[in-house]
Amino acid sequence: MQPFVVSRDSPLYKSTDMPMPPRILYCHCAYAQVVPREVKEAVLKKLSESGVAFDAVADLCELSARRDPALQRLAEGGAVKIAACYPRAVKWLFAAAGAALPLDSAEVLNMRVQTADEVAAALFDSVLHPNLPTGKSTDAAALAPNDSTAQAALPQ
Amino acid sequence: MSIQDQTTLRVVLYEGDGSSPLAAAERLATLTALLDKGFAVTRATGHGRVAPADRTTHLVLGRFNGGQAPEVEADGVKVRCRDITGMDAAAITATVESARVESKSAQPGEWKPWFPVIDYDRCTNCMQCLSFCLFGVYGVDAGQKIQVQNNDNCKTNCPACSRVCPEAAIMFPKYKSGPINGDVVSAEDLQREKMKVDISALLGGDVYSMLRQRSERAQTRFSKERDANKALTERQKCLVKLAQSGDIPAEVLMSLPSPDEILRRAEEAKAKAQAAIAANEALKQL
Repeated sequence: MQPFVVSRDSPLYKSTDMPMPPRILYCHCAYAQVVPREVKEAVLKKLSESGVAFDAVADLCELSARRDPALQRLAEGGAVKIAACYPRAVKWLFAAAGAALPLDSAEVLNMRVQTADEVAAALFDSVLHPNLPTGKSTDAAALAPNDSTAQAALPQ
Repeated sequence: MSIQDQTTLRVVLYEGDGSSPLAAAERLATLTALLDKGFAVTRATGHGRVAPADRTTHLVLGRFNGGQAPEVEADGVKVRCRDITGMDAAAITATVESARVESKSAQPGEWKPWFPVIDYDRCTNCMQCLSFCLFGVYGVDAGQKIQVQNNDNCKTNCPACSRVCPEAAIMFPKYKSGPINGDVVSAEDLQREKMKVDISALLGGDVYSMLRQRSERAQTRFSKERDANKALTERQKCLVKLAQSGDIPAEVLMSLPSPDEILRRAEEAKAKAQAAIAANEALKQL
């Protein structure tokens, strides 16, 4: 057998298939019960049964707390779909580790509120729908229609 | 040693050319076992991209042809390969743990990752969190910008600092509800901040001046009555109120130091915040 050559362009980490769909990153949220167990287990099962390559981490929060270089490698390398929790939290967890996610090429699927089927369908969809929050956003749906003070808090 | 000084092990489950793939059930059991133990795992199949290689130690697992792990020419990357033919998930996990120890990589799961995450899109650098936290979690960088500096000092399950933030800019991603968990900040949340429904307000003003008064009252009372039980009852009442209003775990409150020590730390934190604010003002003048 030919020895593997491990470099940034190694076939160990990249395939030669073209065009490349977004990378997939799955967070197992191992140290808390906030992501429903049945959802994360079902998403991992669907990933595992598929033929696709993916990265999985035990807990993005732990990596962020460590300022782990893993977040840098996960943030770079082009478009990525992340199955984890709220996009605002994921964005700033990466940023806190000095590994800011590119706003235009990251999509976060929220296993706290979405079903496993929804998350899996989005992960396997080759089209990326970037959804990291930009700027100081406030949920407009929660605003009372005639609340001018609250409306003023929204970005114009 | 700080958790930030430790490196982690990257496990690669290789199922591409030169190896046999695992059966679906075995693969899922292996991935689940490794993730439950806190390891990061890359599944490499030759179909689709994964994160690029970096300088962390790599452990490549596979059912390699001939039952022999290949030699690896590492381009600046520390790579170990193990053949896992005939191993079940438990044996694979034990192999990985053994490699982790050998490579002196960090032990995952030693600390529940509970710490504040700042949303800098919302943060106004007002320093209220720095002024509030008694445990030295916050600090400022060289540019006098607030940052989380000692996240492992944070008290597990305590979201108190997020409740004093006037902009709802502090998140604890493992918290049960929004916006502290990272959910979108609603107008209702902002209104709540405007109304100053925070710990200080719930206690009827500045929490630290309240503590100071309580300490003074307690000292007077001790000198007159020497009634330690009464002082303890008063403290417990106050702590119960804090716990209920701020969703702060009782064990965190009960582990707080004495009122005098709290005051000392509060003064220290306040001084740090005031110095940062003054430095920011000076920078604006330039």
